[in-house]
Amino acid sequence: MNKKDVNDKKSKKSGKTDFLLGNVACAEGALYAGCGFFAAYPITPASDIGEHFVKRVMDREGFFIQTEDEIAAIGAVIGASWGGLKAMTATSGPGISLMLENIGLATATETPCVIVNVQRGGPSTGSPSLPLQADMLQARYGSQGDYELIACAPSSPQEMFDLTVWAFNAAEKYRTPVFVLSDALVGHMYEQVHFPEPGELPVINRKIPERYDKKVPMFLDEDVAPMSVFGRGLKSNVTGSTHFADGTRSVASIAAMDDEIRKLRGKLHRAIDEITLDETCRIEDADVVLYSYGSMFRAALAGMELARSEGLRVGCYRATTVWPFPEKRVRDLTAHCKAVIVCENNLGQMYYPVAAAVAENIRVLKGTPEILGGLPRPEDVVRWVKEALK
Amino acid sequence: MKKESKSNAFRHPLEKYFRDGIKYTTCPGCGNGIVAQSVLQGIEAMGGNIDEYAFVSGIGCSGWIPSPAFAGDLLHVTHGRSLPAATGLKIALPRQKVVVFQGDGDLGAIGGNHFIHACRRNIDLTVICVNNGIYGMTGGQAAPTTPGGLKTATTPLGNVERPFDVSALAITAGATFVARWTTWHAAQITASFRKAVSHPGFAFIEVISQCPVQYGKVVGMRNDPVAMLAGYRENSIPIAAAVKLPESEKAGKIVVGELLCRPEVPEFTRELARVKREARSGKEGARK
Repeated sequence: MNKKDVNDKKSKKSGKTDFLLGNVACAEGALYAGCGFFAAYPITPASDIGEHFVKRVMDREGFFIQTEDEIAAIGAVIGASWGGLKAMTATSGPGISLMLENIGLATATETPCVIVNVQRGGPSTGSPSLPLQADMLQARYGSQGDYELIACAPSSPQEMFDLTVWAFNAAEKYRTPVFVLSDALVGHMYEQVHFPEPGELPVINRKIPERYDKKVPMFLDEDVAPMSVFGRGLKSNVTGSTHFADGTRSVASIAAMDDEIRKLRGKLHRAIDEITLDETCRIEDADVVLYSYGSMFRAALAGMELARSEGLRVGCYRATTVWPFPEKRVRDLTAHCKAVIVCENNLGQMYYPVAAAVAENIRVLKGTPEILGGLPRPEDVVRWVKEALK
Repeated sequence: MKKESKSNAFRHPLEKYFRDGIKYTTCPGCGNGIVAQSVLQGIEAMGGNIDEYAFVSGIGCSGWIPSPAFAGDLLHVTHGRSLPAATGLKIALPRQKVVVFQGDGDLGAIGGNHFIHACRRNIDLTVICVNNGIYGMTGGQAAPTTPGGLKTATTPLGNVERPFDVSALAITAGATFVARWTTWHAAQITASFRKAVSHPGFAFIEVISQCPVQYGKVVGMRNDPVAMLAGYRENSIPIAAAVKLPESEKAGKIVVGELLCRPEVPEFTRELARVKREARSGKEGARK
């Protein structure tokens, strides 16, 4: 049924199982992936991730620092990544708002890093401990300029582990920031989590050139250039300004600007089929497809089951990766249906890319819970489906 | 006309530290060239292996001192954020000598919070603050170091804010090596740089530098770097002499020299290593 599962569940033969918090599972996933540097500023509901990480690295390889603010946290992550460590930060909405400029820097300089956003309500301080899927577009469009990055959305503590491992692998493979877009519901949820043994899940490390060769591109290669990390005599020339493939700045050339923007974006768009993770459930004969992600996927599944029991032909599309948006795949998978309902815990953020992707003759509706911050009941989903079929 | 063969051409003795094919860019008379030369002289005197260093800079004229010219590891980041990036880099590579170039705006305004906290942590970085008292690259607006009364692009009636003394700020915030020089004191900058990169802790060198184009415009010395340098010579007082003078005689003067050196204060990355080492040995001890 799954197009691509994050991990093949059959392979989970060994390891240990524990009952724990989603945020703790995220920190464990980071350790599994080889994260050596974590910088953060405390914020609810994300702080548990760093708190667990620092306890676990106290007597082993790896560092945690609490910075003066979120701007410094992402800045230190970028520095540590160029120092050769796998690096991450974890925060929530207001923290992401502060980090956005440097997230753009990480994108422009092709710096692998993982940014966990345990989303809460907004705007501004909002409700620190209430879950909303409030920053879906901010993750993708928040920094200035045309750019692309990768974002995944876990829907359980198990996926907080699995997708954090996956996020590090994607960051290293494509040399790009990767978001883990969780929310307070998943981050603060206790569930059973299975930890695979070391070696069971793939762990990817960045390509590093052996020696300095100014003819070898270190940036702007759509097949992903090797990363000239610091301290090895590789004479890295890293700048957030418009640059050529060797890193040299060029801020007055239209051609260089065009080349950089297209290649940074092209790098991820060329690999979109490989990057995209999703799940479909009973979509083949569905009249109505529920598009959902993260915590909302759980509500969509329950709504689908109830609707099916009432004879309504409903299916689920679950976006495990949200960005880059798999436009063609969403269009193809929904081509046969009458309506798509975009179920999300906000006023309709992913509604716009989904509505733009599906064919013109298909209705697209918003599925928003009656009270933001709570999940819809299965009966609510059935009501939306009936509305869509009118 | 016959072209002069390359072997006979004059080669700058520090050219070997420059990336191939890069032209160094400054406005005419800018102090950046003096700062760059002083630092590279220091690297030369320290053994000349530029691969032992990592250079980090932010946005503004000072960011262009290392990037993209220096033929070593360069990280040129967002405005005001070079200290966080340098902090992450230093933790990842504690043996690397991490040298940060900041302007007075980059360090004292947008990056002020990072600056005081990097001082407080006493992390082993060498920060060179090129203080020209103005926002040069953006066209001559007031900086946090612009003297009161100056009519800049954003203070047409005269600057009513009081300037930061960034060296005093560094000392108060917890830096453990602080020196102040002007671009008149090129050899002294080199000597302080050598001490700073060897100093185990947060080392701060303020270099009062001329901006003949923008600052020169507001003080009536437009494009007159020689007069500005002469002014630095006339108005500088060595710290040893300054401590004996009454405040009234120090007004308008630049106190230069090594203002503070406290190598005994614990350094951040070494402290991180120490607590981890102790946690490890505690764990081993518990097993026994």
